[in-house]
Amino acid sequence: MTMGLIQVVVTLLIAGLLVKPVGTYLVKVFDYETTGLDRFFRPGERFIYRLIGVREKESMGWKKYVFAMLLTNFIMMMFMYVIFRIQKFLPLNPDMIDNMPPALAFNTAASFITNTNWQAYSGENSLSYLSQMIAITFPMFTSAATGFAVAIAFIRGLVARQNNLGNFYVDLIRSITRVFLPLSFIVALFLVFQGVPQTLHGAADATTLEDAKQMITRGPVASLESIKHIGTNGGGYFGTNSSHPFENPTPLSNLMEILCMLLLPTALVYAFGVMIKNKRQGWSIFAAMGIMFLVFLSIVFIAEYNGTPALHALGVHGNMEGKEVRFGISGSALFTAVTTAATTGSVNNMHDSLTPIGGLVPLGEMMLNNVFGGKGVGLLNGLLYVILTVFICGLMVGRTPEFLGKKIESKEVKLASIALLVHPVLILVSTAIAFVTPSAISSIANPGSHGLTEVLYAFTSGAANNGSAFAGLGANTTFYNIAIGLVMLLGRYISIIAMLAIAGSFATKKVAAATSGTFRTDTPLFTGILVVIIVVIGALTFFPALALGPIAEHLGMFH
Amino acid sequence: MRSFIVALRTSLFLMILCGLLYPLATTAVAQVLFHKQAEGSLVIQNGKVQGSELLAQGFKGPEWFHPRASAAKYDPTASAATNAAVASNEYVKTVKDNVNQLKKENGNIGNKIPADLVTTSGSGFDPDLSLEAAKAQVPRIAKALSVSEDRLQALINEHTIGRSFGIFGEPRVNVLELNMALQQLK
Repeated sequence: MTMGLIQVVVTLLIAGLLVKPVGTYLVKVFDYETTGLDRFFRPGERFIYRLIGVREKESMGWKKYVFAMLLTNFIMMMFMYVIFRIQKFLPLNPDMIDNMPPALAFNTAASFITNTNWQAYSGENSLSYLSQMIAITFPMFTSAATGFAVAIAFIRGLVARQNNLGNFYVDLIRSITRVFLPLSFIVALFLVFQGVPQTLHGAADATTLEDAKQMITRGPVASLESIKHIGTNGGGYFGTNSSHPFENPTPLSNLMEILCMLLLPTALVYAFGVMIKNKRQGWSIFAAMGIMFLVFLSIVFIAEYNGTPALHALGVHGNMEGKEVRFGISGSALFTAVTTAATTGSVNNMHDSLTPIGGLVPLGEMMLNNVFGGKGVGLLNGLLYVILTVFICGLMVGRTPEFLGKKIESKEVKLASIALLVHPVLILVSTAIAFVTPSAISSIANPGSHGLTEVLYAFTSGAANNGSAFAGLGANTTFYNIAIGLVMLLGRYISIIAMLAIAGSFATKKVAAATSGTFRTDTPLFTGILVVIIVVIGALTFFPALALGPIAEHLGMFH
Repeated sequence: MRSFIVALRTSLFLMILCGLLYPLATTAVAQVLFHKQAEGSLVIQNGKVQGSELLAQGFKGPEWFHPRASAAKYDPTASAATNAAVASNEYVKTVKDNVNQLKKENGNIGNKIPADLVTTSGSGFDPDLSLEAAKAQVPRIAKALSVSEDRLQALINEHTIGRSFGIFGEPRVNVLELNMALQQLK
């Protein structure tokens, strides 16, 4: 356990050291003024803009920005859907994979365009190499870049003096050319070095030492694996995701994947502070997210080391079910806390087989949805709670709430409420619908409280655009494919639209000078209030469902 | 209309850049730099593929080190985990049976059961065993092969993989590697 603790601390220290340099780099990437990076990236980008017909200098108000985002995402999703449906007839299919049925293809397309990466299929037997590349790896880039773009646009709105959030296409292209592509390439090579396959050859036919046959499926795995974590996507090449030795072969690949997940969501919070010219503000939000993360991490860490009392009595200590020896309990617990904090959704151990309280952690992080959070949208959700906190504090002291010198008025609060409520409504209503649908109930693998958690987890994962699963649930049915598909789309786009509308409204507001009466939002006090508000709102919303699921199951262990 | 065409061209362009050029370029470089790993770390003897260093094989005979249990039956075309609820009575019964089986095969292995040996792996192909789990199998293998337990223990020590940089991961042995060494012993 001591060694396990040391691993966790060292990993988080490395992640912490990367925040500032990477955040500084991100600010440069999205700064429209000339920077030193231009010399290197400009020529290629200018060629791209000409090729796709983007007018680089064109500024977009919030409506135009949202429209460009939605349209591009919609077209990409259509492409993906078509490819899944006809993959059998396309090249690069050495293992002769069949076409996907319509409901599953819809679910998969919705899943990857929304950065969720929920998988109702197993990659090794449902997708051709071509599909893995141009319909899975491709949206892993664009969905992450879309999330980035909208977060940056929101920040621009906060500090703007006019309704100009930037240019969606420029933000999209820049985040890919300057961040995601170069980084993914380097990380992919490191992963191959560690043992992740990267080949176009079909499965290898092996005869084992005991003379049994083994078909070793492989493919272009590393190029998917790197962006899967850098873009906090999470969809595995294989069914068992990052627990599979071909996706995550060594403790070092595990370390790399954890660092990649944390890299950009944490750095973006710092970049936010720099962009609004108030680094303390960035750090105060960072601290709130960091505190919640550490609490969640400690809970899952301890719960998994403790295992269950019944197994303890048998002489089996700690919970190794669904975990891999090379990661151990510590490397698995850390991965679980990180993947649901950063809403990646990749797993290196089976969340369905976590102890009840251990399983509560990923569920809880997805319910709050802003413990760092996914690429871009995590920061948006964090800022949403910041606005609410400022509003609630303003009510308590009886003055007009302000954030960054701009007044928060009824329009912003209404939009924030929409963005806030979408998440629980989608989760709780769809879970309720599933429990009155016989076909949905029959998909549940484990009976009782655990079964309830499986369904709750599925919809939470969809709404949070996380993608991890309590995989015992047989989710590849028409009901779940369509229901979760819709939840993913609504969960992503409604809150993004509402947040950009807030940005648009902020953008045209006058900045009031700070006075001694201004409620400071960059102090430890504010960090504390923010955490309390996030937890209280989260608990009020989800506690009843959690009580019926993991909490009931936990208490049942001691009978 | 113009905005539609821009969105369409952007989507197509990015699909080719991120979906084709990037993975193909990565493949080309990876194949040159790390050919063996890129092909799946295959174990080849006398021109025949015997498996992958990274994927467990379903060793059953008493003369082998057994890998961790696999919900995928060690078939890489359908990776799977049990996804069992660990607090359920059914699960406890499964583990209890595994513990009893282990004790039956290896005699008295003490009260501390290696957790990895009586549970199922996440991937279905966990290639490794903890040192305790390898050690627990020594009595059975020694009997089956008529070699001394000390010899087998020495083999385990020889093939132990430590933590990376002394910090990351867990000490372990690769089962396929260990069994290939056993084969040499025969």
